[in-house]
Amino acid sequence: MTVATQALDAVAGILGPRWVRRDQASREAYAADGLPTLHALPGAVLLPGSRDELIRVLKVLAHHGVPFVARGAGTGLSGGAVADAGAVILGLMRLQRILGIDPENRRAVVEPGVVNARLSEAAAPYGLHYAPDPSSQTACTVGGNVAENAGGPHCLKYGVTTQHVLALEVALPSGEIVELGSAAGEPWGPDLVGVFVGSEGTFGIATRITVHLTPLPRAVRTLLADFHSLRAAGEAVSAIIASGIVPAALEMMDGTCVRVVEASIYRAGYPTDAAAVLLVEVDGRDESAVADLADAAAAHLRAAGARSVRAAREQAERDRLWQGRKKTFGALGRLSPDLVVQDAVVPRTALPDVLDAIGAIAARHQVTVGNVFHAGDGNLHPNITFDRRNVGERERVERAAAEIMRVCVAAGGTITGEHGVGVDKLRYMSDLFDATTLGAMRDVRRVFDPGERANPGKVIPVRSCREWRGGWSRDRGTEGSEDRGAVVEGMP
Amino acid sequence: MTPRALADRLRQLLGEAALPPPAADEAALPPLVLPADEAACALLLRTASVEGWRVAIVGAGSWLSAPPAVDLRLGTARLEALGPVQPADLVATVQTGVRWNALRRGLADRHVWLAQDQPGHDRTLGSVLATGTSGPLRCGFGTVRDQVLGLTMVAGDGRVLRVGGRVVKNVAGYDLAKLALGTFGAFGVITQAHLRLRAVPRADVTLSIDGTRDALLDAARAVLDRGMTPAALELLSPAAASRDGWRLAIRLLGTEAEVAADQTEVQAALPTAAAVRRGDEAAAFWAQLLETAAEPPTTLRLGASPATLEDALDLVALHLDERVADWMAVTIPAGVVRWSGSATAKTLAGLRRAAAEHEWPMTLERAPWGVRSAVGHFGAYREGVHRLVQGLRAAFDPAGILVTPLDPAA
Repeated sequence: MTVATQALDAVAGILGPRWVRRDQASREAYAADGLPTLHALPGAVLLPGSRDELIRVLKVLAHHGVPFVARGAGTGLSGGAVADAGAVILGLMRLQRILGIDPENRRAVVEPGVVNARLSEAAAPYGLHYAPDPSSQTACTVGGNVAENAGGPHCLKYGVTTQHVLALEVALPSGEIVELGSAAGEPWGPDLVGVFVGSEGTFGIATRITVHLTPLPRAVRTLLADFHSLRAAGEAVSAIIASGIVPAALEMMDGTCVRVVEASIYRAGYPTDAAAVLLVEVDGRDESAVADLADAAAAHLRAAGARSVRAAREQAERDRLWQGRKKTFGALGRLSPDLVVQDAVVPRTALPDVLDAIGAIAARHQVTVGNVFHAGDGNLHPNITFDRRNVGERERVERAAAEIMRVCVAAGGTITGEHGVGVDKLRYMSDLFDATTLGAMRDVRRVFDPGERANPGKVIPVRSCREWRGGWSRDRGTEGSEDRGAVVEGMP
Repeated sequence: MTPRALADRLRQLLGEAALPPPAADEAALPPLVLPADEAACALLLRTASVEGWRVAIVGAGSWLSAPPAVDLRLGTARLEALGPVQPADLVATVQTGVRWNALRRGLADRHVWLAQDQPGHDRTLGSVLATGTSGPLRCGFGTVRDQVLGLTMVAGDGRVLRVGGRVVKNVAGYDLAKLALGTFGAFGVITQAHLRLRAVPRADVTLSIDGTRDALLDAARAVLDRGMTPAALELLSPAAASRDGWRLAIRLLGTEAEVAADQTEVQAALPTAAAVRRGDEAAAFWAQLLETAAEPPTTLRLGASPATLEDALDLVALHLDERVADWMAVTIPAGVVRWSGSATAKTLAGLRRAAAEHEWPMTLERAPWGVRSAVGHFGAYREGVHRLVQGLRAAFDPAGILVTPLDPAA
């Protein structure tokens, strides 16, 4: 199945031929997101330049029954922004206007293609920022953040995307516009903003997003603690959380991550003989109160066995510590050409045991796992390095990743804390939810999208897309386009 | 089916204990059914969907009065398990029939608390969740939905849905908990929730100053202009403050050092010296405010914005309270006005229409049945939203057995 030429011609009539990409090379640029094991060529790539163009395009797609996948910067890590030949990519990067910043009411209105960090830069002159800060924040878009309910290191204190979205103007897959929520954050009825955020592009496309802005902290202390074992670092996390201290961020990196960062251009000054380091940031409005908090956190770190606790002396040092953390994913590229960035959450008291279990799984499957994660939330990122050309290694990576997910679920956790289900986590959804609950989720999706054309086959492993899900085989990802063509055959 | 035959059928289905003898003042009301657990709730609602019995979810009746014209009332008094509470993970799993005071004490014993302070007196957890009523602490800690990590809901058609989880971050699947919270039982009955806890703050100080309404709003904005976000920043009408003028109350929570620093800065932003309450005195101040909110028969909230509160308060006065004699509390950073008093359906509908012109949603939080059935908890939906809401109701309650006036009567 391919996208009807007639539909694409009609879209070209709206956008101009330049913004309808049908050639293989252009489509190739959109054939993957941040999930390296998934590759599929979309039927076409459509790049509307305004909200009104987007709505008109959606109406054409609805008329022709064409499935679509909304895509921001394509930095997602679960395969959610990938389409195959029967669907089109709707790229939203041209919708990148900040429509207004209202410092008095601490809010901003943006188009979906606005880059996360750009919004914070624009709010900074007012002493405000947009709090959710995914590691990809210099590239990822607010629209993508809404779709995934994105988090980030500082969400420990400030909350994830859903806590910062007040209202949405949404284009339903039919092209109909609905307004969800109000600028004040009070709903007009049921909390449709709350259910839309995190729906991974399967309900429609947010065309205007009203977000809450948060005052910038005046005082910040960043601590680096190093440990001789992952377990001890995990216990330190539990001790800090249970003590009532709410750090702005509480991040952990294991020895593997520390060493690759220190060997890279992002060198941050982490001790390379550490089994784990914790980055603990406390912030607030008053220097001495924040210094007290930092002292209390340092005492917990030492009591849990930290070999050393170092406070960043100046902003440049703090920036360096954070750059090392945020660029770890890139630095892991030094170990091998490919990286699966995994995402799961466990109760914080389970961290020591789960980290031990992950180490054992890695050893058993002979894979390298680098743990760099939001420890204060219990939000693990066990990242597995591999070379996709090595089929045997890929299979071991798949098995190890699956075992890690099951350990996290068994510990009372969940299969994704901020990256979304997309395609990657479909196979674990039934470990977490029974068929009844999954059925209710699908019912809700169909209220917004009766034809299930918006990001088809993602999030819910429903029977009708099972064959299609099979088509997202990672093994096919590197094979020829003929096989990828076959992927599309089973698509609903 | 006669009421007696229905009662017999219900006893057969759920056991004798599920149908206690009615209290003397409830003899004329439809039977109150108390399922023992979620399986019993599921059986009841599944059967009701097949039989077409009209059901009102009433919890313990601690907030809303029940509709008269239903076949049965579903109560949650037997859903009373409090725990497990896991202080180290800051999570508690609680059934929704648990009363607020019991929950508060149970958590305090373990040095944790729930950052939630709804109006009313000793309501059930289910009442708070189902109606989504937040209080002054939403300023610092968000609304009810931000305190819930996951929940179990028995949908109108009897399906048992377990959504969310016990961990603090979770994006697996759609967040159906958001549809259960604050929808007044239109989609089903919430039987259990996983709640996000916090360690009990070491310092808890409330400052207040008195003055005219607009001067106090300006003072509050001066606090916000300093980039502060207190735990609560509430403007109280004379009736709410139990005095003859308006009052601004600011609650600060945190470590001793944080609260001391914030207290200095708040005081610097205020035009006059603030009265300071600590500990039990502060707790009593907020408790009284919240309990008196439920004395009049009707409570509503209006979602304006911090910059438009004078206009919103003027609008409430114009429609409901020209003498400014009623209970009103304004959560300033959220731009939310809560009013409690007595009003007719026609007046309330007029206010909703007028507020909608300003893009301010009005939620009717509680009212006598005749009023809320006419006015609806919500209404004035934005374009296209009513169809979505109807679709969602049909998805969870296809037989339409749940009697909840989400929308105004047609």
